Amino acid sequence: MSNKVALARTDDRAELERFREIQRLCYQCADEVAATLEPGVTEREACRRMRRWLRAHGVDDWLHTPFAWFGDRTAFRGFKVPTQFLPSAARLAEGMPYILDMAPVKKGYSADIGYGGVLGENRVWEQLDTDLAAYRTLILELVRERRTFADIYAEVDALIERQGYDNRHRKYPGRVIGHQVGIIGGMLPKGVGFPFGVRFLQTIGRELVKERLAGRSPLWNGAKQSQHPPTPGLWAVEPHIGFRGVGVKFEELLVVTEDDAYWLDDDLPHVHRWAARKAMA
Amino acid sequence: MTDQNISAAVRTRRVRGDGVDLAVYEQGDPARPTVLLMHGYPDTHAVWDEVAAELAGRYHVVRYDVRGAGASSRPFGRKRYTFDYLMADMRAVLDATAPERKVHLVGHDWGSIQSWEAACTMGERFASFTSISGPCLDHVARLTRENLRRPTPRNVKHSVGQGLRSWYIYFFQTPLLPEVMWRAGLTAPFTRALELGEGVRPREGHPARTMPRDGAAGVGLYRANMLQRMRKPRDRRTDVPTQVIVPTKDLFVSPHLVAGLGDRVPTLSLRPIAAGHWVVRSHPEVIARWIGEHITGVTGGPLTAAESRALRRARVAPERRPFEGSLVVVTGAGSGIGRATALAFAERGAEVVAADLDLPSAQRTAELAGLLGPAAHAFQVDVSDAAAMEDFAKAVLHDLGVPDVVVNNAGIGMAGPFLGHSVEDWRRVLDVNLWGVIHGSRLFAAQMVERGQGGHIVNTASAAAFTPQRTLPAYATSKAAVLMLSECLRAELRGKGIGVSAICPGIVNTNITRTSRFVGLSDDEQRQHQHRASRAYALRNFGPEGVAKQIVAAVQKDKAVVPVTPEAHLSYLTARLSPRVMRLLARFDVG
Repeated sequence: MSNKVALARTDDRAELERFREIQRLCYQCADEVAATLEPGVTEREACRRMRRWLRAHGVDDWLHTPFAWFGDRTAFRGFKVPTQFLPSAARLAEGMPYILDMAPVKKGYSADIGYGGVLGENRVWEQLDTDLAAYRTLILELVRERRTFADIYAEVDALIERQGYDNRHRKYPGRVIGHQVGIIGGMLPKGVGFPFGVRFLQTIGRELVKERLAGRSPLWNGAKQSQHPPTPGLWAVEPHIGFRGVGVKFEELLVVTEDDAYWLDDDLPHVHRWAARKAMA
Repeated sequence: MTDQNISAAVRTRRVRGDGVDLAVYEQGDPARPTVLLMHGYPDTHAVWDEVAAELAGRYHVVRYDVRGAGASSRPFGRKRYTFDYLMADMRAVLDATAPERKVHLVGHDWGSIQSWEAACTMGERFASFTSISGPCLDHVARLTRENLRRPTPRNVKHSVGQGLRSWYIYFFQTPLLPEVMWRAGLTAPFTRALELGEGVRPREGHPARTMPRDGAAGVGLYRANMLQRMRKPRDRRTDVPTQVIVPTKDLFVSPHLVAGLGDRVPTLSLRPIAAGHWVVRSHPEVIARWIGEHITGVTGGPLTAAESRALRRARVAPERRPFEGSLVVVTGAGSGIGRATALAFAERGAEVVAADLDLPSAQRTAELAGLLGPAAHAFQVDVSDAAAMEDFAKAVLHDLGVPDVVVNNAGIGMAGPFLGHSVEDWRRVLDVNLWGVIHGSRLFAAQMVERGQGGHIVNTASAAAFTPQRTLPAYATSKAAVLMLSECLRAELRGKGIGVSAICPGIVNTNITRTSRFVGLSDDEQRQHQHRASRAYALRNFGPEGVAKQIVAAVQKDKAVVPVTPEAHLSYLTARLSPRVMRLLARFDVG
């Protein structure tokens, strides 16, 4: 793929449909793997299940191999070095929150999702998850207003502080709340990744340089590089909030066009869960 | 006679014990639950007069002079004072005054030691037990052995502490001399010591006129039982719901003797009180209230919110959180250090009252606190408004009871040159930062003193309190005043069991930088300064949770002044070692 081709063409309905398909596939995988989680299962085992499931459904490469975090690792407590993000031998227990995070590539089309849940009952998780809904609305609104990415990041931080939570996406590499995704290609071998796929690294590296020249960044954080209005394209947005030993996130694809923005898909588990909760209240 | 007279009137009778005549005193309606009050040495039943009068309205109160004391007979020879005889006496009194029913047992000093024996050997006769300043001898013996077997510095300290407190016990083992001294007029110095040491003034009945004889005969209690039980401790346990009232300033019984009691008494509550050994004389209302609460709790009677919280607070349980059953009031709880503090207390089991000028943020704090601990409460209050604070304190008292911890945290920031501060600026800073603390301390300290059970007041000062800075004249002045106020208050309230701590955080990343006023600047410059300060504070990256943790520790360890961040510690140290350096540094404009 040449440098002239955008990572994802947001005006091409057929192409967006392909992205929607792979995102749905991810959520289907998350739903099915989450249903198999039982007390005692380790993060590594959960990741293995996700990997096998996705491979069996035609996935041929990764932005990154699947992650799973259990218990207070969902809030990245005590994380000091990057290796701590990798799947560990932590075991799931009753009442524990968990997060599944996967970013597969299928025939070049990629998605990146985050899926939060809890095994049994957890009041803190319920509250966090309820409050997480506000971020989906807020981010979309601000992107539509074409506020700069850095500004939006600060607004998200302000909301986190009002709610009394901790910003946990600041623990991600580059403190990102989001990053661009698209069609992944290149000459490097497919399917190699620990945890990041080599083709993804190649693409993101290329984009970093390319976007830098345009005064933008494919990574969305609160720093100077993100002081620009939303770049048209596909963005995986992943607000991650934490309170004490519980962390919750969602991650899904946001379509940004020249003058508008919308979530690629509203038919997602967390969207339905929030709607159901709102209807109950 | 009216009902009141019946309950107040003391009815005297004599009951035949094991070879002795016992003088028994009854008050209150005999149809009500019976409370048996056991006096200690060298007292008589009269030591309980105030407590008995308080209880008589609700209970059938029974007291008696133990053999050798007051109007009961005085058998000769130490053999007549062993536990067997004492227990036989108690059974005789119970049979005479409250046959066929369980009574609520309360003991002080030797009365409590006897009561432990009774609760452990004939527990079926008691519905509840309150022990005051008198341990189970067998338990003490075992604890001492365990401490000596594992002589850690702490264990040694505790053992030595009790060893020193027990000087009179060794003395009482001396033949004849104690008796001679009591007869020769030890009463007068004893009475004087009681007044000086414990603040207990003599009154009719206590110390009793019979004290020379009581003191002389009562040494039999020590000689007949102490060594025997120390040498061969028995395995003593009781299922009777027990509360132990622990006077922390007791000169004779160490508060540490309750260690490990939970293993032997499954239903155990501990209630510390900053008082001396004769707490039944110095704090009769508190003792009567606690006895009443314990009995009501055990019998499943109706309790107010404050009472049931007090019982939860006292209860000993393995998974108990340290502030279980405590009521904690935090001002400025809507954000920053206030919110973090409210949450830290909630996480440790406290019921939190979150007060803030901004009600939604206080409600949010209460909501989060409710996730970590018991349901919390939100109040809107402007701490600088005296009337509003008064209403707030009243509302808390009325709805929830007296708080155990009050954190006067609300504050605002202000920076700029002295001449840039207007009178209004000064007023604003002092109103919130100083007057807010004064109102909070004044109103809630009054409640704590009135209740008589101690408490803790935490005032959020600042490292600026001892760090002069040319750009912070108003802010640093207000905080220095808070620090001094806390120190003065601490000195005064110490005797009431109320601790006062001043917290001096230093550079902590909260929204105070974003809301601080930088005087003498245009709005734009103002925003720039706020942004710059926020950035610097964010880079420093010390979160309010760290301060909250220190506040909790300050309450637990009753610390006076707590610098929190390393720079606050450094500043505190430098200010003491070399104020000159601080003066030099003060000249740099860091605003």
